[in-house]
Formats: sequence, C-alpha cells, structure tokens
Amino acid sequence: MSDLGLRLRQNAYLLSVIVLFALVYLLYHAAHPKGFSSAVLVQNSNEVFSLAMLAMAQTIPVLMGGLDLSVGAVMTLVDCLASHLLVGTTTQIALGVLACLVTGALAGFVNGCVVVYGRIQPIIATLATGAIYIGLALFLRPTPGGKLDEDINWAMTNALDDFVGTVGLFSDGLPAWFRPIAGVPTSLVLLVLVATLIWVPFRRSVTGRAVYAIGSSEQAAYMSGLDINRAKLTAFTLAGLLAGIGGLFLAIQTSSGNADIPQAGGYTLSSIASVVIGGTSLLGGSGSAIGSIFGTAVLKVISFNFRIFDIAPLLQPMFEGLVLLSAISLGALRMLRVKNQLELFR
Amino acid sequence: MSRPALLSGLSPDDRPTAIAGLFILVILAAGTGYTLAKFGNAPLLQPGYLLQQLQIGAFLGIIAAGMMLVILISQIDLSVPWTVAAGAMTATAVGGPWAIPAGIAVGVCVGVVNGIGVAYLRIPSMIFTLGVNAVMRGLMVAHTGGFAPQTTATDLMRFLAADRTLGVPHAIFMWLAVSVFMIVLLRRTSYGRAIYAIGNKEAAAYLSGVPTRRVTLLAFVICGVCASLAGMLLAGYATKAYQGMGDAYVLPAIAAVVIGGTNILGGRGSYLGTVVGVILIVLLNSVLSIMEMPEAGRQIIYGLVIILMLLVHGRDGRA
Repeated sequence: MSDLGLRLRQNAYLLSVIVLFALVYLLYHAAHPKGFSSAVLVQNSNEVFSLAMLAMAQTIPVLMGGLDLSVGAVMTLVDCLASHLLVGTTTQIALGVLACLVTGALAGFVNGCVVVYGRIQPIIATLATGAIYIGLALFLRPTPGGKLDEDINWAMTNALDDFVGTVGLFSDGLPAWFRPIAGVPTSLVLLVLVATLIWVPFRRSVTGRAVYAIGSSEQAAYMSGLDINRAKLTAFTLAGLLAGIGGLFLAIQTSSGNADIPQAGGYTLSSIASVVIGGTSLLGGSGSAIGSIFGTAVLKVISFNFRIFDIAPLLQPMFEGLVLLSAISLGALRMLRVKNQLELFR
Repeated sequence: MSRPALLSGLSPDDRPTAIAGLFILVILAAGTGYTLAKFGNAPLLQPGYLLQQLQIGAFLGIIAAGMMLVILISQIDLSVPWTVAAGAMTATAVGGPWAIPAGIAVGVCVGVVNGIGVAYLRIPSMIFTLGVNAVMRGLMVAHTGGFAPQTTATDLMRFLAADRTLGVPHAIFMWLAVSVFMIVLLRRTSYGRAIYAIGNKEAAAYLSGVPTRRVTLLAFVICGVCASLAGMLLAGYATKAYQGMGDAYVLPAIAAVVIGGTNILGGRGSYLGTVVGVILIVLLNSVLSIMEMPEAGRQIIYGLVIILMLLVHGRDGRA
C-alpha cells in the first residue's frame, strides 16, 4: 500500500489536473441540454483529438528541454497530403494512410537531423523547418479543398457501432459484450490506443528514458553513456509521427485539406499551453504525454463551457487567456515561499 | 570548420553580421539579375526602392530591437503580436495629442505584467507571454467588437510613419533613434552589461549584485514599448489600426534577431547584427515578391535561408 501512496504523491499534480477536468466536464454535461449522451461525447472527442496528438508530440521535445514550433506545420502538411491520398479503393486508402504517417515521421526526422547534426537550437530549427513544411503544404493545396472518402470520415468521427457498421464487422447483429461500449467515440478509442501503443512503450524504452535524462542534464546523460544523438533523432521522429496522426485525423474530420497558416500557428501555441497545463516542465526532464492529453482536455472543456453558459463570443478569447494565465500562475505560487533565492535559478 | 580568409580577422560576435551582410548583397545581386533578364532594368539598385524597403523594415526593426533585448536575457516575448495591435488601437481610439502617450502606456503595462510573471513568479516566458497575448487579443476583440476600428491615426502618427523629409521617410529616423538608444543601452550602460550577464548565467549575475528581477522586468517593458511604438507607426502608415496587424511580425522578428547572430539562449549578440538581420528578411521578402514567387515557395525559401544562416554561424559550440 505504501507503494500506492508513493505513486499517488508522485503524480499529485497529474491527479489534480484529472480531477479538475472531471469536475469541469461533469458541469458541462449537467448544463448541456443533451448532456450525458453518446452524441455529445463523440463531438467533444473529435474536437479534442487533433490537439491532443499535437500536445503529445510537443511533450517529447519539451521533455528534452527544447520546443518544437513545427508541430502545427507538420499537422497541416499531412492534412493537405491526406486530402489528396485518402480516396479510391480500400487498398489505396490504406496506402494513403501509411504514406501520411511516414510523411509525418519523416518531417520529424528532418527536424531531428537539423537539431542533432546542424547543432541548431530546437526552437529556432523548428521555426525554420515549420516554414518549409507550410510551404510544401501550400504547394499541395494552394486553396482549401479536396474530398475525402466519405466512409472513412463516417467511421472515424462517430461512435464505435458506426465504425463496425462501416467496416462491416458483426454484420449479423452486435454481440452482447460489444453493446455496452457501442456508444464510445471511435476517436477516443484511437486516442487511448495511441497513448498505450506508442507513448507507453516509448516511455519505458532505453531511448525514452534517455529523453528524460537529456532534459534533466544533457552532460550527465552523455557521461552516463547514453546515445544522445539517437535519442534526439528518435524523439523528434516520434513527435513528427504523432503530429502526423493529428493531421491525418484533422483531414478525416474536415473531409478536406487546408494549408491554413494562422491555424497551424494557433495549434502549435495551443499545444505548448496543453503541455504546460498537463504538468510537463518547460525546462525539461519531468512530465508525461498522458498529462498533456489531460492538459488538452482541460483547455478544450473550458471553451466547451463557454458555449453552454452563453458567454458573449467577443469575451471568450479574453476568458481563455485569463484561464491559461491563472492556471500557470497557480503553479508558480511556491516561488513566493522560496527562502534561498539561488534556488530560483537553474 | 574552415572559414573564408576575409572573415577570419573578425571577432566572433561580428562574424554573423558580416555573413548576413554578404548575404544581403547576394540577394540584391540575384534580384537584379532577375529583373535585368526579365524586364531589362534594375529597380532594386535605385535609392527610392532601397529607402522604401528601409521604411517597411523600420516597423520590423523596432519590434526586433525590443525582442533582441528579451532574447539576450534568454527569455522570449510572444505577446508582441497583440501588443502591436493594442498599442495601435488604443492610440487611434484616444486620438488627439494623447494618442501616442496612451499607446506607449499600453506597451509599458504589457511589459510590466510580462515582467512580473517572468521575473517575480518565475513562470517560463514562453508560456506566460503567450497567455498575456491571448488576454490582450481578448481585450482588443471585446473593445472593437471584432471589426477593424473606425478611428483613424492622428496626424502626428502619420507624420512619423508615412511622411518624408528630403525624400527620406520619417519611419527610418524613428528606427534610427531606437537603434541609437539600443546601442547606447547595450554598450555604454551598466544596464547593458547586466543584460549580457543575466543571459550568460543568471545565478552568477545575481551573486555579483545585479538586481536580476528589476533588469528582467525593465527588459520586458522596453520590449513592450517597442512593440506598441511599432504598432502606432504601422497604424500611421496604414492610416488606421486593424485586427491581427501584429501577427505577421513576431516570427520574422525572432528570425531577424537570430540571423543577426544573437544566441537564442541569450548572453551573446550585437545590435548591429539585428539591424542587418531585419534588412535581410525585408529584402528577401521583397525580392521574392518581385520574382512573383508563390506563397508556398516563399515559405520554403524563408525556412531554408534561416537554416542556412544558422548552419554557417549559429551552431552552438557544445557537442
């Protein structure tokens, strides 16, 4: 039991974020005219998914003490690519999905190469590569457009029973075990799958631990014999892959591609905000992508509530900013208790 | 890495400036070659064109000056876009003789809030200034109702931004004034030394008796004032303020500072480099639009140039 207590204490911040999310989300459902229904859950999950992917992607460079300003651009690039590729037969679509994921990972790998071999700071390197990816996206889609396969849009952006219906599973009636989960949003399942199949194994691998070690102290990590370059390359590639998944889903969700520069910038900035709310230190070394998912959820649920509680649309941006500011200021209050000022510097 | 003999005599801090300066010549030569081949004339080398580019560069240059100060203490100010817009909108809304003081006051307020968050609460500037930017945007959207404000720039703002004396736009004089202020501040005052000291090692600066919190706060105030000043000049140039007028300036400003050789981690960089970086970016944009390069190609070239410039000089020494 003491082991459990230790784990709880170690994750106290994450737990408080989850509790905050749960409270605000319950409030939202209670006030929503169609609250506690699968339809509302599906809509919310779809709206959260892409940003959650970007926040996970952003977490990895942040854990190393860097920052990736290109996640929004990678998302936009894959979004535009997907709007060209996700049409035709099932095989073509499957290959298209694969190509999109490879593109995302490749973009991340290029980021990694510039950072590792060019020895340029991540924040400025990804600022530059981000411009290049946006340029490529604009080549693919000079104007918004494209029409994705309707089936994949329907299957991915609805509940699980619509997914199995579109795919053609259980054509002779839903089995008993499936019925309780039939209303779960497909995008939520996908989110859990990405977290458990990509993030958790990465976190436990040597490379994943090396990423944390680099964030704590790069010199110490180097002295301990960790392969710094490989860890950085892997980390950026993985970040690109996750951002690519976000872009893929955005294309599926909107059924089209749009090389929208302000949107890309907005997503990048929101991903940083999500990471911080999720409890990952911008100095690196501590935090997790799971926290970032809940950080995204908190950020999004607050804006959902604006819609319900009829706050004038003109005041919404200000409230969003104030919520963000107060969230990060709360975490800083311990600074006022520090006795030795030298502890403030790192 | 072997360097050209021409550059080897320069100190490490001046080398990026020289390289960026050479690159400006390359851009001008390439642009002139293009126009000679296509139209048979060389508009890029005429004083009128160059002065106009400097006038456009003045807005970016004033923003970059403030941004450089903040980057030198290894922070960043992402609240610049809506500080620019807020300064312009407040100034045009107040109007009359108090327009410019009101705009400057907005910049001071934003800077003080940023400074308190970063220096006293020790919240990473990346995220705190982002939040302040969102709040400023919210305030301005609530203030204007989401539309371009109907108020126009005062005569003084127009005089400072758009009018010319002997053919030289006044905006260039404003940039020059800000530049002289920055050079004196960084080179000739103890405040400037404190800035570099904090950027190198804040703990060491603190132990040496530098009031690091006040210095940081003041750096953010100067950055805020620069942003609101640029906003008012922009409003004077365009005769009115408009939504999102500062959005296109923050990333180019950071890029200009970094291309000019300032270390993004702080503590190193010369102001002259920032000026050269600004001119490089403005000229690059202009030449690309003369070449009728589509937005896609422009973005790609823009990114490649930043990486190229950094590969030449911006690599940090650590293995």
